[in-house]
Amino acid sequence: MTAVLTQPRPIRLKGRSFLALALSPELPFEDWLVRLDDLAARSAGFFLRRPAVLDVSELKIDRSELRALVEQLAKRNVRIMGIEGARPSLLGPDMPPAMSDGRPASDFEAPTAEKSEGTEGDETEAAGAPAAEARMPAVPPAGRAMPSVIVTQPVRSGQSLFFPDSDVTVVGSVASGAEIVAGGSIHVYGTLRGRALAGTTGNATARIFCRKLEAELISIDGFYKTAEDLDPELRGRAVQIWLEGESIKTETLG
Amino acid sequence: MGKVIVVTSGKGGVGKTTSSAALGAALAQNGDKVAVVDFDVGLRNLDLVMGAERRVVYDLVNVIQGEAKLTQALIRDKRVETLYLLPASQTRDKDNLTPEGVEKVIAALKKAFDWVICDSPAGIERGATLAMRHADIAIVVTNPEVSSVRDSDRIIGLLDSKTLKAENGERVEKHLLLTRYDPARAQRGDMLKVDDVLEILSIPLLGIIPESMDVLRASNLGAPVTLADGRSAPAMAYFDAVRRLKGEALPITIPGEKRGFFGKFFGRKAA
Repeated sequence: MTAVLTQPRPIRLKGRSFLALALSPELPFEDWLVRLDDLAARSAGFFLRRPAVLDVSELKIDRSELRALVEQLAKRNVRIMGIEGARPSLLGPDMPPAMSDGRPASDFEAPTAEKSEGTEGDETEAAGAPAAEARMPAVPPAGRAMPSVIVTQPVRSGQSLFFPDSDVTVVGSVASGAEIVAGGSIHVYGTLRGRALAGTTGNATARIFCRKLEAELISIDGFYKTAEDLDPELRGRAVQIWLEGESIKTETLG
Repeated sequence: MGKVIVVTSGKGGVGKTTSSAALGAALAQNGDKVAVVDFDVGLRNLDLVMGAERRVVYDLVNVIQGEAKLTQALIRDKRVETLYLLPASQTRDKDNLTPEGVEKVIAALKKAFDWVICDSPAGIERGATLAMRHADIAIVVTNPEVSSVRDSDRIIGLLDSKTLKAENGERVEKHLLLTRYDPARAQRGDMLKVDDVLEILSIPLLGIIPESMDVLRASNLGAPVTLADGRSAPAMAYFDAVRRLKGEALPITIPGEKRGFFGKFFGRKAA
């Protein structure tokens, strides 16, 4: 007998963006670690509880060197949450996962800036303020107006458009295997065959509109439905999709 | 300055090599100087399809590594004077294809030929991206079948982002070549319809090549289908595609449609 799940509670998949410290080690690592130790010695706890990403995109290293570096950092209580710019062959299952599409944010102010011989008291004070600022990324207030992005070309299979802070309008189709992730609403003036994830940054009022629905997956604020869960009546029709409480609602458009 | 065409698809076995050879031979028969370049290092086939497998001395990798001159590696076709083949290496590793080397070879070929046709390997790895890198025109070969269409869509995305033209803010001219089209199966609904493929890929159609035993026969003979039997249905479809490529506004004929559609229609009326 096959078990039939009636009304399974959907699993929420939410997008979140965090501000992480990106460390860009330089070769040779021994020297770089000495400088890091120097920095840590002068500001105890700088790395404590801070998510750190290792950026190795400019480095020519092999897997064992990278593993050794991660271990060295762990010894210094720097926990690496992800590695950016590494070839897949460099990463193993026991290593931090690969991260990509990082967007630059304001630099973290190291507690001991480049000027090496300064008066100690001044330095720590000056460094304290900007570091605190960097730790608190500007969180836009809720209910703000969403800027809008317009895409005038078809979105091809394998492409992923990620606009965490805006509505997205596509003049054209979204192919099977393509993906649009938006903080706001998604409008597709064509056939939606791929995935559309609207309101991913916690916006339950976001909606998805398309001229022809053939989507593989749609999601609003982390609640999602796959093609199988969608009413077959809606296939090929112009549809709008929104969220009411915790359920996804659909309706054909004129 | 010649034009560089990449014949690409993403998926394997859809007819890239067959089409590269057929289009090259068709263009050369008009008197244009054509070089067909095999980028499938390690799995070369173009030499077989063009019947030059026993004349390969040097190859693309030799030229890139400076072990041979371009003129030494180019093989002139025995049937059409203006058709040349630059074979791929069968034994070397594909990592020997360097971006700088490919750039040099393509630049030299562009000077000497009217058309440089790059036969891309399947996939989206190094060989495929290097084959499309310098293209002015892309011919996307697709079968009327969902996985082929999706892979072609992926390739079109890469053509719009990874080519030199795309990086300079220009656009690669893209054309769809629908191959292995079987009118009977399309009518039964076993295959995607032409309109469906066009709707999904939204690039202009260059031609529809019918599925035919002539293609296989020509390959086994070592002759591009446009040379083996110019009167066969696939050969005529390739000749038409070449005329469209050169800018002629030729209406597209869907193989078998006339007979299939009208035959049935009138047949029923008469009865």
